Amino acid sequence: MADELKDMVLNYVTKEYLEDDSEPLTYDTPLISGGIVDSFSMVSLKRFLENKYAISIPDEEATPEAFDSVNKIVALVQRFAAKKA
Amino acid sequence: MSNIGSYDERVKNFSWSIAEKELGYKPGDVINIGWYCTDRICQQGKGERVALYWEGFTGIEKTYTYNDIRLASNTIAAFLSGLGIQPGERVCLFMDRIPELYLGFLGILKTGAIAQPLFSAFGDESLLVRLSNAEATAVITQKKHAPKVRKILDKMPHLKHIIIVDHDGTAPLKDREVAFSLEKAAPVEHFDVYPTKAESPSVIHYTSGTTGMPKGVQHVHYSLISQYLTAQWALDLRDDDIYWCTADPGWVTGTSYGIIAPFALGVTQCVLDAGFSAEAWYKWIEKRKVTMWYSAPTAIRSLMKAGDEIVKKFDLSSLRHLASVGEPLNSEAVVWSRKVFGKPFYDTYWQTETGSIVISNYPGMEVRAGSMGKPFPGITGTVLDPIKNEPYTTHGKIGLVALKFDWPSRMRTYWNNKEAFQKKFRNGWYITGDRSKLDADGYFWFAGRDDDIINTAGHLVSPFEVESALLEHPAVAESAVVSKPDPLNLEVVKAFVALKPGFTASKDLDLEIMNFIRKKLSPLAMPQEIEFVPSLPKTRSGKIMRRLLHAKEWGEEIGDTSTLEND
Repeated sequence: MADELKDMVLNYVTKEYLEDDSEPLTYDTPLISGGIVDSFSMVSLKRFLENKYAISIPDEEATPEAFDSVNKIVALVQRFAAKKA
Repeated sequence: MSNIGSYDERVKNFSWSIAEKELGYKPGDVINIGWYCTDRICQQGKGERVALYWEGFTGIEKTYTYNDIRLASNTIAAFLSGLGIQPGERVCLFMDRIPELYLGFLGILKTGAIAQPLFSAFGDESLLVRLSNAEATAVITQKKHAPKVRKILDKMPHLKHIIIVDHDGTAPLKDREVAFSLEKAAPVEHFDVYPTKAESPSVIHYTSGTTGMPKGVQHVHYSLISQYLTAQWALDLRDDDIYWCTADPGWVTGTSYGIIAPFALGVTQCVLDAGFSAEAWYKWIEKRKVTMWYSAPTAIRSLMKAGDEIVKKFDLSSLRHLASVGEPLNSEAVVWSRKVFGKPFYDTYWQTETGSIVISNYPGMEVRAGSMGKPFPGITGTVLDPIKNEPYTTHGKIGLVALKFDWPSRMRTYWNNKEAFQKKFRNGWYITGDRSKLDADGYFWFAGRDDDIINTAGHLVSPFEVESALLEHPAVAESAVVSKPDPLNLEVVKAFVALKPGFTASKDLDLEIMNFIRKKLSPLAMPQEIEFVPSLPKTRSGKIMRRLLHAKEWGEEIGDTSTLEND
């Protein structure tokens, strides 16, 4: 489940936020501090996660640090998915 | 003692010739910003001083002395000349904040060509509109951004060269592309800097229009006079400062105060090419021992959000002076910075069109938290009655911020759009498009925009441009775009969308439309909220009443609705 989730997020970020010729992402590539996803684009990434996993991430939890890599995003999603359950 | 000393004395005895004399410039002389920022500093014996500390997000560091930036800008200028770039041609810079952006800017100016910096997060549509209007003949970019240029190449017959600064040979160059590596190119010791004069065009920055497409604000080399003096007096920049301007040179702050002013003053500046994080920013200040920090209210509010505890982890005692620009600085931010940094952020006010700071809080002068401050010496500013187009005779009334249009860095025109330029004036005053009031002591207090332009995190977004792009989405029948209050970014973009028959509102469609705009225009222009509506409020003549939607978002009175359709 965790691996599936990781790949889903990684594929989505690659498809939506990277240009065609970019270096491939890893699960730990810095997304926000690395300038791949800016704070405005983070809103659409958050929306994707909320839609896809039927969760609600409060704005105060949607920090640049929490969105800074695929691994961190997955941890965030899992935390809110567990709360929902 | 601050550089400005007594504000009142400076106002009394002011002349722009103060800057001209310091720069060794006399009316009629050659004046080239590229030369002033590099060769002149070396001629003053500061060639070995660090001009730029740069660090990329992967931790790569680069350091350039003034002699290095002289050589690098010569090398880029020689490369451009070798390609056949002529004085007056527009050369676009479309890059992240890598050293080539800063050095390329100076190199372009040395050839006499006009630099056209564009924000690297722009999508292909935003890029096309701006490159086409400027009829740019060359773009300097990175391989990661080249696909956006390729996508629109067929629509730009004027574009002759796409210069890729980090081509590594892994993929072949495509149509009109050429590789240039600053590190591999032989340094050019001597380049004949083009003898531009005071009124020679230097830079075009694009800014959003209310009803039309973006406008190219054209500046001249003489702008240096204002930028040099305002950096000394308003930002209090000193010879031994380590200066950090957080702005991206895709916007005017990043060129006026992120390239031109600090380099012309010969100070050391640092650039961190990484996304925002409070930890990374504080670490950077500590590491580089930043003394003067020029940032934006959104960034300051983001730091506030990160809390006070994190500040204690770092030694920020090097900070001597702090200033802010881009949107009104709320009084809470001033109070907070006093508490955590021991000094306030000084708000500065200006626009792409003004080219330099025109209203400011000055070191040594009382900071009235939340106020824009007072006009820079030599600049006449007022608040106009919007009906009579004359300055109010009593204080405290909200009106239009207006300026006498006579300082060195004022824009000279909108590129290919003289009509829009002429519309910026009323009764002999330049109208900024902002509203404010004046208090009895001459401080300006910001009250909002006078038009529909959205100021999000200090960047202006045109509702018209977003609405036009929305209509290109297959599901959108009509749309209206307004600002929505936001605690972090001051305002964000909100779109009201009516769908075409056969489409149904859903969360997936909402996200699809958001991403559509983000990629087409830019992340800044992406609606942070989309409200699907059956139809939009219109006048009887069919014009969408954006005003009603705006009022709803801001909890304001709706006002006159007598022209509303089906009212």
